[in-house]
Amino acid sequence: MSRTPLDTVEHAAATPDVELPWAELGLKKDEYERIVEILGRRPTGAELAMYSVMWSEHCSYKSSKIHLRQFGEKAPENDALLVGIGENAGVVDVGQGYAVTFKVESHNHPSYVEPYQGAATGVGGIVRDIIAMGARPVAVVDPLRFGAADHPDTKRVLPGVVAGIGGYGNCLGLPNIGGEVVFDACYQGNPLVNAGCVGVMRHEDIHLAKASGAGNKVILYGARTGGDGIGGASILASETFDDAKPSKRPAVQVGDPFQEKLLIECTLEAFAEKLVVGIQDLGAAGLSCATSELASNGSGGMRVTLDDVPLRDSTLSPEEILMSESQERMCAVVEPEKVDRFLEICAKWDVIATVIGEVTDGDRLEIFWHGGKIVEVDPRTVAHEGPVYERPYARPEWQDALQADDANKLPRPETAEELKAQVLKLVASPNQASKKWITQQYDHFVQGNTVLAMPEDSGMIRIDEKTGLGVALATDGNGRYAKLDPYTGAQLALAEAYRNVATTGAKPLAVSDCLNFGSPEDPAVMWQFVEAVRGLADGCQQLGTPVTGGNVSLYNQTGEAAIHPTPVVAVLGVIDDVARRTPVAFQEEGQLLYLLGDTREEFGGSAWSQVVHDHLGGLPPKVDLERERLLAEILISASRDGMIDSAHDLSDGGLIQAVVESALLGGKGARLVVPDGLDAFTFLLSESAGRAIVAVPRSEEVRFNDMCGARGLPVTRVGVVDGDTVEVQGEFELTLAELREAHEATIPALLA
Amino acid sequence: MARVVVDVMLKPEILDPQGQAVQRALPRLGFDGISDVRQGKRFELEVDGPVDEAALARIHDLAESFLANTVIEDFSVKVESDDVAAGAAK
Repeated sequence: MSRTPLDTVEHAAATPDVELPWAELGLKKDEYERIVEILGRRPTGAELAMYSVMWSEHCSYKSSKIHLRQFGEKAPENDALLVGIGENAGVVDVGQGYAVTFKVESHNHPSYVEPYQGAATGVGGIVRDIIAMGARPVAVVDPLRFGAADHPDTKRVLPGVVAGIGGYGNCLGLPNIGGEVVFDACYQGNPLVNAGCVGVMRHEDIHLAKASGAGNKVILYGARTGGDGIGGASILASETFDDAKPSKRPAVQVGDPFQEKLLIECTLEAFAEKLVVGIQDLGAAGLSCATSELASNGSGGMRVTLDDVPLRDSTLSPEEILMSESQERMCAVVEPEKVDRFLEICAKWDVIATVIGEVTDGDRLEIFWHGGKIVEVDPRTVAHEGPVYERPYARPEWQDALQADDANKLPRPETAEELKAQVLKLVASPNQASKKWITQQYDHFVQGNTVLAMPEDSGMIRIDEKTGLGVALATDGNGRYAKLDPYTGAQLALAEAYRNVATTGAKPLAVSDCLNFGSPEDPAVMWQFVEAVRGLADGCQQLGTPVTGGNVSLYNQTGEAAIHPTPVVAVLGVIDDVARRTPVAFQEEGQLLYLLGDTREEFGGSAWSQVVHDHLGGLPPKVDLERERLLAEILISASRDGMIDSAHDLSDGGLIQAVVESALLGGKGARLVVPDGLDAFTFLLSESAGRAIVAVPRSEEVRFNDMCGARGLPVTRVGVVDGDTVEVQGEFELTLAELREAHEATIPALLA
Repeated sequence: MARVVVDVMLKPEILDPQGQAVQRALPRLGFDGISDVRQGKRFELEVDGPVDEAALARIHDLAESFLANTVIEDFSVKVESDDVAAGAAK
C-alpha cells in the first residue's frame, strides 16, 4: 500500500481526484461520499483505512443500532446496574461492596477459517474487555454451535475450536464454567463461537474508557504490532463467505495467552495504583478503534505519532498499522507525572509499553507518520457517528407454512417399547448427549473458586472466601425455536438462562447477549433480528433484568442460506452463600421428585421432533415470564431454606432428559409415575417452558408443598429417587448402565 | 531410500510467540546481536522407492493437507541426497 509521496492531509487536499480503493475496503459508494463530505476533501489512505474498519458492520452496528436502542429504552429499573450498555462491558452490583462485569461476544468467522486460533483469540478479546473495566477476570464460558455432528468438516472445526478455547483459557488460568454445544446442519459453513467472561472488582475500582485532560499521554502496551488480521474487522466480518473470492480471507491472528496473562496483571496493578485516566483494549479495528474511541469518549482531541508504535514487521505501512488486529494490546491514557510509574509497572511484567501520543485540547484526532500528518478527523465521526441503516425487513412468506407444519401432529410412539426406544435415541443424540468429552478439555477448577461447572444448569464462582458470596452465569439460545418464532425464541432463550441461574439457587440480576444472525441485507433475516431484539427487550423489561451489553454478529451465512436466528442470552445471578447452591445430581435415595410448572402438548422445535422425525415446524413452546419469575423465586427460596437437594430445569429433551442427567450425575435412579391428566409421551418429552424438576427430602415435603401452594405455583409429585434404573411405571425401565452408555458414548465416537 | 525434508514455518505476518520467547531470552543469557527469531518445524520423511515427480507431488500433497496448517503456515519440500540420508541414519 505504500506510495510516494506520503498521502498526507495536505496531499489529499491538493489531489482531490486520486481514486481510492474504498469498495475493496468494504465501503459503499454513499458511505464513501459521506466521508468526503465530513472531511470536506478526499480522505487520505490512512483516514480511509480508519473509516472503513470503524464503519464496518462489526464495529459500527450500522444495521442493528436503531433496534438495539430498545435495550436502553425498555431497560427495567434495577438498582444493581452500576454501568449500563455502551461501555466495554456492563457492571452489576452483587452486594458486599463487590461489582461484577460480564459480556458475551462472537468470534464466528475467524473460527471457521482457523478454528484453533480463531477460538483462542475470541477468548483473548473478551478477557481484555473485562480488564479494560478494571475487573479481574474470574471465569469464562463458551456457547458454541457447529454443523451436523457427523459431517466431516465438523471434525475439522470442533476439535480446533475446543482446543483453542481450552488452550488459551487454561494458559491464562481462567476456569471455563459454562456454555453450550449445539449441532445443526444450518451452522455447517458458519459455526458460532461465542465467548463470555466474568470479572470481579470492588465498587470503587470501576473505570470507564475515556481520554480527558490535555497533555495526558497515550500509551500503547502489550504485544508489538504486526501484519496479522489486517482488515479483518471490515472484510472478514462484514462479507459473507464466498468461494469465488479467496483473497477475502486474510491471515487470521495468532494469540499468545502468556502475553495476555501479563497484560491482565500489569493492567490491574496500574489500576490499583490509580495511574490510569482511560483505557481501551485493542480488538477489532485495532489502533483505529482504540484511538478514535478513547478520543471521542473524552474531550475529543488527540495527537498520535505512528512511528512510535512498536512493530513486529518494519515494512508495515501506516494504513496497515492502523488496521492491524495483532492481539494482546491495550491503550491507556495516563497523566504525565504518572507515566514513569506506569512504564515501570509494564517493565516489571516484561510488557512493552510506549508513549505514542497525547491528549490535546482541540477536538481533532491527528495522526503523524514520518513527519507528515496523515489523519485529521473529528474522532466522533469515526467512532460513533457512522452510518445508520434502517434496513427493510419483512416477515418471510415461508414463515406461515413453517408454523403450520405442526410438530404436534407428528406420529407419536404407539407402544411402550417404541417410547422407550425413542427416549434412548433422544438421550444419545448429539445435542442431548453428554458433552463431557468436550468440556473436560477445559480446566473448570483452576483458581479454586469454581462451585459449579458444566454440566450443571449454570456455572457458579465464589467471589468472597469469607462470606461465600458467589455469582452464577448461564448461557442459552435455541435457534430452532427462534426460527419458528424469533420473538418467542429470544424470550425462550432469556427464560431458559434465567431459569438455569435460579435453578442453582442464585438470583438473576442482569443480561448480556450475543445476537447471531444471517445477512441484514436479506429482509427476512432482518425481520428475524428485529423480532428477536424486540422479544428480548420486552422480556428483560418484564423480568426486571436489564441488558448490560453484548454483541451482534451478522452475515452468518453461506451463500443464500442463513443460519437459524440464534440469539444467545447470558444471565448473571448472585448467591449470598455458595454453600446453599442446588446441584443437578440426585443426592439421596428416597427423596421425592416434584415437577414444577405446567406441562402442555408442545413439540414445535423440540429435540424429539428433530431426533425422531428430523422435523422443524409448528410453534415453539409458549412463554409466560410471570410464571418464570415465580418459578425462580420458589427455586431460590427452596434452595436458601434447604427444602430441595437437587434441581434441574426442563428444556430441550423435556422431563426425561432432565431426569436422566440428574440420575447419571448422581449415580442414582428414579421411579417416575405419569401424573393424572397427562399421557406418558407428553409427560416425558414435551418442552413446555417454565418448568423444573426438584428432589425434596421427605422431611421437607409439607413445607415445600405449602410454599408452592401459597404462591400459586402448580406442583406435581412425579416420582422418587430410587434404585439403579430410570423407570416410568407401566411404560418402561432403563438401567443407568445402558443410559450411561447411550448418553456418553456418542460424542467421543463422532469426534474423538 | 531417500530422505525428503519438509520445513514448516509460520507465515511472516503471523505472530510467533515461541520464537519471541527465544529471542527475548537470548540477551538475558548473554547472546547479543540477534534481532529476531522465528521457530518452525522440520519433518524428515524416509521415502520408499525413488523420489520422482510423482512421489514429490504426493509429499507436497500430504504436507499441504496434514503437516502444515496453510492458513497460518508456509512449507517447503526438499530432497536430501541419499549420501546425507545414509550418513545421518547410521
